[in-house]
Amino acid sequence: MVKISERNTNTDNSEDALVSKKRKIVIPGEVIASGEDFLPSDGAKRLGNDIVATKFGLAEEAGRVIKVISITGAFIPRRNNVIIGRVINITMNGWVIDIDSAQSGFLPIDASPRFINKNEMDQFLCIGDVVVAKIWSINQRGIDLSLDGNGLGKLEQGFIFRVSPNRVPRVIGREGSMISLIKEKTNCDITVGQNGWVWICGSTMEDEIKARKAVEMVTEKAYVEGLTEKMEAWFQDN
Amino acid sequence: MAIKRLDGRKQHELRKMFAKVGVIPNADGSAVFAFGETIAIAAVYGPRLLHPQHMQNPATGILRVNYDLFSFSVSDRKKPGSSRRSQEISKMTEHALAPVLDLKEFPNTVLDVQIYILQADAGTRTAGINAASLALAHAGIPMKDLVCSVAIGKQDKDIVVDLTKAEEDFEGGEGPTDFPLAKVANSDEYTLLQLDGKISTSLVKEVLTIAEKSCREIYEVQKKALKEVVN
Repeated sequence: MVKISERNTNTDNSEDALVSKKRKIVIPGEVIASGEDFLPSDGAKRLGNDIVATKFGLAEEAGRVIKVISITGAFIPRRNNVIIGRVINITMNGWVIDIDSAQSGFLPIDASPRFINKNEMDQFLCIGDVVVAKIWSINQRGIDLSLDGNGLGKLEQGFIFRVSPNRVPRVIGREGSMISLIKEKTNCDITVGQNGWVWICGSTMEDEIKARKAVEMVTEKAYVEGLTEKMEAWFQDN
Repeated sequence: MAIKRLDGRKQHELRKMFAKVGVIPNADGSAVFAFGETIAIAAVYGPRLLHPQHMQNPATGILRVNYDLFSFSVSDRKKPGSSRRSQEISKMTEHALAPVLDLKEFPNTVLDVQIYILQADAGTRTAGINAASLALAHAGIPMKDLVCSVAIGKQDKDIVVDLTKAEEDFEGGEGPTDFPLAKVANSDEYTLLQLDGKISTSLVKEVLTIAEKSCREIYEVQKKALKEVVN
């Protein structure tokens, strides 16, 4: 369970996008850059000589490539995202999992780490159970999940709450720096799903509440620079 | 020849505008937009799964707008719930916003836009479109541009911008004329043209020129509101 934050960082490295001054906020239809030197990526398109934003967010230039990172809005599932979801149905060959997006996820029975008798599927995951899973593939039929990986599986004990999915990279921090700081200072186990669900489990209620406060503070101050240092100071005062 | 307006505005002057995004924490995107005393609030939910299923489109997501007045928004209490008028304006707003959206990434889903009028003093549909356009952008929906909307009207023979309720009800001279329109901000496309009243064809060209100028002012307000999100 402990290593999961490091896994999360591999899938999304836009954390520093939220703080650096070089990036700017763009609105749909705004020209980000002009000239033939640039290539549009996610959230941008070429219009004649200009690169134009197609959504609201932070425009980021990585070499020649320009992309726009959303800072608000709903969770859009991507492949390899680690998410936290809740079992909402059991079918013949798997579980239907609500992952807080337009489509629900499907966890096939073969994706579970050990053999499961098809007649006793609710012994492993029952309706209402909460799981950490990875998005294995997204196709026209739906979103397939997998439990194959470190830290994935059913969550027992602890509690879950939601933060804005767009603030998740900030909660995790660069290479997991923020989340490991919170874990270390509060002695809690924390898992942050890319869909904005956060699971916290500690030995005492006080620790858990402190961890939740810390996570919520990070989401509120997502645009503050040097937040990891500020959080360290905060932990010293509290 | 400049005429004097009831609230002391110049002929082609908009009412004082106010815009803010992120006002509803539980929505995926939200905004308020006000033209003077007219205040519209808009919330965007989704893209989310569309029910009933027969409305789903496997090629693209769809837009669903619901416009309504709060019962306390007008001086005579409005009976709550949808009416012929609110259904018509919902549909019309949908048509005004759909051309800028690109929902192909979200097949079988719906984007719900709720527009509520907190306070009505004419121009509620235009304020609603402006608020909805902001809320859609705030929800991070792929769109090619913002939509700006304004109502142009006539006081006898003079073209005036952004009428209040008192001006809209003015019966003198050639009678009241209300000409709401919506424009894609950075292009010449119009997504809404309505006309209530009478206007000579030769004046329409002038109305469009004035509308374009007013839409630019509205666009600046919308732009500012969106850029203020991060502080």
